[in-house]
Amino acid sequence: MSEFVYLYRSGGRPTRSAEQAQQEMQRWMAWLKDLAEKGHVKDPGHPLERSGKLVSGKARSVTDGPFAETKDVIGGYTLVQAADLNQAVALAAGCPIFEIADGTVEVRPVMKLG
Amino acid sequence: MDLGDHLFRRESGRIVAALTRIFGIHNLALAEDVVQDAFCRAIEVWPFRGIPDNPSAWLMATARNRAIDVLRRERTARTFAPELGRLLESEWTLVPMVDEALAGSAIKDDVLRMMFSCCDPRLSEEVQIALVLHLACGFGIDETAAAFLSTEAAMYKRLSRGKKVLAGSTRLFDLTDADFAARLSAVQRALYLLFNEGYHGASAESAVRTELCREAVRLMTLLVDHPLTAQPSSLALAALMHLHAARLPGRLDAAGNLNSLFDQDRSRWDSRLIEQGLELLNLAATGSELTAYHVEAAIAAVHAKALRAEDTDWNRIVTLYDLLLTIRPSPVVALNRAIAVAQSEGAECGLNAIRAIAGVERLVDYPFYHAALGELEHRCHRDDLARAHFQAALACARNPMEQRYLQQRLDSCASSQMSIRTGR
Repeated sequence: MSEFVYLYRSGGRPTRSAEQAQQEMQRWMAWLKDLAEKGHVKDPGHPLERSGKLVSGKARSVTDGPFAETKDVIGGYTLVQAADLNQAVALAAGCPIFEIADGTVEVRPVMKLG
Repeated sequence: MDLGDHLFRRESGRIVAALTRIFGIHNLALAEDVVQDAFCRAIEVWPFRGIPDNPSAWLMATARNRAIDVLRRERTARTFAPELGRLLESEWTLVPMVDEALAGSAIKDDVLRMMFSCCDPRLSEEVQIALVLHLACGFGIDETAAAFLSTEAAMYKRLSRGKKVLAGSTRLFDLTDADFAARLSAVQRALYLLFNEGYHGASAESAVRTELCREAVRLMTLLVDHPLTAQPSSLALAALMHLHAARLPGRLDAAGNLNSLFDQDRSRWDSRLIEQGLELLNLAATGSELTAYHVEAAIAAVHAKALRAEDTDWNRIVTLYDLLLTIRPSPVVALNRAIAVAQSEGAECGLNAIRAIAGVERLVDYPFYHAALGELEHRCHRDDLARAHFQAALACARNPMEQRYLQQRLDSCASSQMSIRTGR
């Protein structure tokens, strides 16, 4: 088993009706529950606020917001375990984030040390 | 833990109403944005950290925090509810003010006031009901369109038109306003139409329709629970809805086909709703005003009390329809009266009563006018005539359920040619 991080980028926040929002919520919960029941979830992770500060350069200059493009903003992460990258990718394909335009899941292997 | 059915929709109605009280109804879109934001956060948080113990309270608290941000950020650029103006300007009073507005008991009133705001006399009835369903019940544009068998684009237009008129005023309708009585009857009418849309406008997606009845009953309960709106007419309308809703489980057979009142399995009627309906009707019998809702509820009560279709007190029903015709004359009411006459005095008398309906020509597009003629001719053993009527009825059927029902009636005429019918 290897570990992977899913990085979620949901692009903009789409306008949804209350019912659509609830259905989307239920799809997320069903997907994560399924992953967890199959033993793939090491840590469900945390959602991240959209706004923040960026500290950069030798001068440690501080600017607002992580990125200019909202679709580049990471909305959260999950730590999963899977046999290999292929399986991790296949599992990510069930994520409801793809129902939203610009939604992506970045699958990154956690580096094995030693 | 599972989320309840339509939790978000219900919370949306509550939060939008409460925020509109703070922001002012001219900032309705802002209130809708805050609700959107709360739902987005819920989607981002709950799947990863688990559903909170009290999801409604979580959504409300999230909306509260966001509303306070908005008020702080925009108080120089926008005006909010004028009566709260000063309270929102001071940092000392802002947060307590918001918390007071979002307290549970205040929200109930705000939903009520939102309904009154939606039933603005400058708006047509169809816009009023659409707004009630969209704003007070939290139905999306797509669901509202489906409820009225309209397209999403047309419904979007209808709702935008309505919201523009609402934005012309700055605050939610106040229940102590001078035109309260007129608004109350508009609200009652909107809920009556909403209920009827669910009850009679049966479409292929029957589940959605039952939901409309449920929403109408839910909002009606708000009216009945508030001392200012719990007038005899409201109680009578609530009684009517309960008594009709009680019959919903019997209206469709196992295959999802429409059942006439005569053929329904009455053991499937909801006895608890009947009891509540009769109780409400009792409570409505005060004061001097006799409304159409009273009479309609009384008719529904006669049906509800009959354990078998043949036990129905049809004489009483004819009398009640006579009364209803004096309060609200309409060809449809007269048609229902004629059907009751047929039950109490025979099919020929019923046919004569139909022929005597004032404005009968207005019924030519109404499938159940032709169906009633077909039914009565069938009982008089004139199946050729009956078939022609059922064919006319089929031609104006409004949905697949009506079509199936009428087709089945037509078929029963055709098959009975083979054998001698003994009558009903």
